Amino acid sequence: MTYSVRSATVRLGPAVALDDVTVEVPGGSVVAVVGGDGAGKSTLLRALAGEVSLDAGTVEAPPKQRLGYLPASSGSWAALTVTQNIDFVAGIYGLAGDELTARRAELLDRAALTPAAGRLAAQLSGGMRRKLGFVMAIVHRPALLILDEPTTGIDPVSRIDLWRLVSEAAASGAAVLMSTTYLDEAERAAHLVVLDSGRVLVQGSYDQVRAEFAGEVTQTSQPVRADWAWRRGRVLHEYWPGGAPSSPSSAPAGTTTVAPDLEDIVIALSLARRNAVPS
Amino acid sequence: MTGVLLRAGHVTRRFGAFTAVDDVSMRVQAGEVVGLLGANGAGKTTLIRMLLGLIAVTSGRVDLLGGPPDRERRRRLGYVPQGLGLYGDLTVRENLSFSARAYGTAEPVLPPALAGLADILVRELPLGAQRQVAFLAALAHSPEVIVLDEPTSGVDALARAALWDTIRAQAERGAGVLVTTHYMQEAQQCDRLLLMSDGRLVAEGSEADIIGSTTAVAVRTGDWARAFAALAAAGAPVMLAGRAIRVANADPAGLAGVLEAAGIEASLQPVPATISERMLMLSRQARAS
Repeated sequence: MTYSVRSATVRLGPAVALDDVTVEVPGGSVVAVVGGDGAGKSTLLRALAGEVSLDAGTVEAPPKQRLGYLPASSGSWAALTVTQNIDFVAGIYGLAGDELTARRAELLDRAALTPAAGRLAAQLSGGMRRKLGFVMAIVHRPALLILDEPTTGIDPVSRIDLWRLVSEAAASGAAVLMSTTYLDEAERAAHLVVLDSGRVLVQGSYDQVRAEFAGEVTQTSQPVRADWAWRRGRVLHEYWPGGAPSSPSSAPAGTTTVAPDLEDIVIALSLARRNAVPS
Repeated sequence: MTGVLLRAGHVTRRFGAFTAVDDVSMRVQAGEVVGLLGANGAGKTTLIRMLLGLIAVTSGRVDLLGGPPDRERRRRLGYVPQGLGLYGDLTVRENLSFSARAYGTAEPVLPPALAGLADILVRELPLGAQRQVAFLAALAHSPEVIVLDEPTSGVDALARAALWDTIRAQAERGAGVLVTTHYMQEAQQCDRLLLMSDGRLVAEGSEADIIGSTTAVAVRTGDWARAFAALAAAGAPVMLAGRAIRVANADPAGLAGVLEAAGIEASLQPVPATISERMLMLSRQARAS
């Protein structure tokens, strides 16, 4: 089963939060939406979750009882314990008795939350709270799992735990759409969607995105065109949409061509859009 | 300005029976960007709060600009906390003039990217612009020491590159910069790294020094999801990189056995370990002890 939003446009007041966006989420795979604050990630996820209505376009999603959604806010109740949080949500989906006991034990174990089962959600670390939110989103074995920045701001070790949980959900057949601000996480997904100001900057598998990237990226201490350059550590990278100039005299000494990674590609395409549209 | 600007000497901090920071010695020199890494609960925030003079040390000593971190020396410090420390109900200009008055310095000139936003309430700005304002407020008095807690969390790649441009410019003018981060690509932008685990400083130096003797194996397979589940079920410290599965500190023969038993075809190859993998191994050791 493949779920999707097609040609989706969402206006929030005068702002266009999503502008003609099409994304497909096939069962058994992880689709990652990447972009900064205000790029439209949450709006896209909420559109698929049925939490925001479209001004144009269509949504194909399962009914609510087959959908799991972890919002960007914590997704749990601070004054309830870990167990109470899970049981409350499970109750909404009609899970009870031995079935609930077994499911809760299995999920707590996989999320490494068993020792914290009796703790109030308010007393969990940020990473543990996100894992609890994940467990609550998946307790009813949804066909479509939507995760809004499950890993933002949490430490790398909890991120690995969460990625294991996400991978296991996809491995058991769920379609997973997750947003992230970490490009290295987007590289991990089967399909990545880069959003910028409500529009799709680029999408595809990491290999496709790299293969379809046109132009060259050079590394230099002295960029030729400052508005096409960005900082990478002690050096700068510069994007040449039509290829780097071949004449060595036009480039400062020490300029070399580099193999762009996803960070370079996303920045280069963002610059190309900004430099093409005068603000 | 040369030499050591910020130094912790055998610093320990206890909260009741709990030791949050345990005998940590570190320093930040003029002109360098030092990255402070560690999982949640490793002691990073407690260490920073001691370096800033916000809480007292239980034992050891902190030197900020050649003496204890008192009010006078803290004026020469710039700090951007994770929560940014701005007033959401004040405009950009009001926030900047407030912090300029507090530090007794001139109000900073808004860069072109923020020029049109001077009279907007800070809470109405996108996060990337809020971070730029927080940087401006913290850097207007040309501090000699700069402490940044998760400086680029939540912003897009272009805004992150712009913020790193600012950080690098501060180091180039001679400031010493201490940055905490959970973003490994960001750690690679630092001149030197410190890694904390369980309250202690466990590694220091370049990325290679941090990784130390940690090793990793890449597992390539057409069926990563099943391979991942099988290896995780066997208790291996697995993670994903692209669609390749990586396992830290693993014996390739042991992994091959697990995959064969599950009927999964895969090729295994030793690869250089990452900082995340070192951190994963440290946290497993801490959980086990």
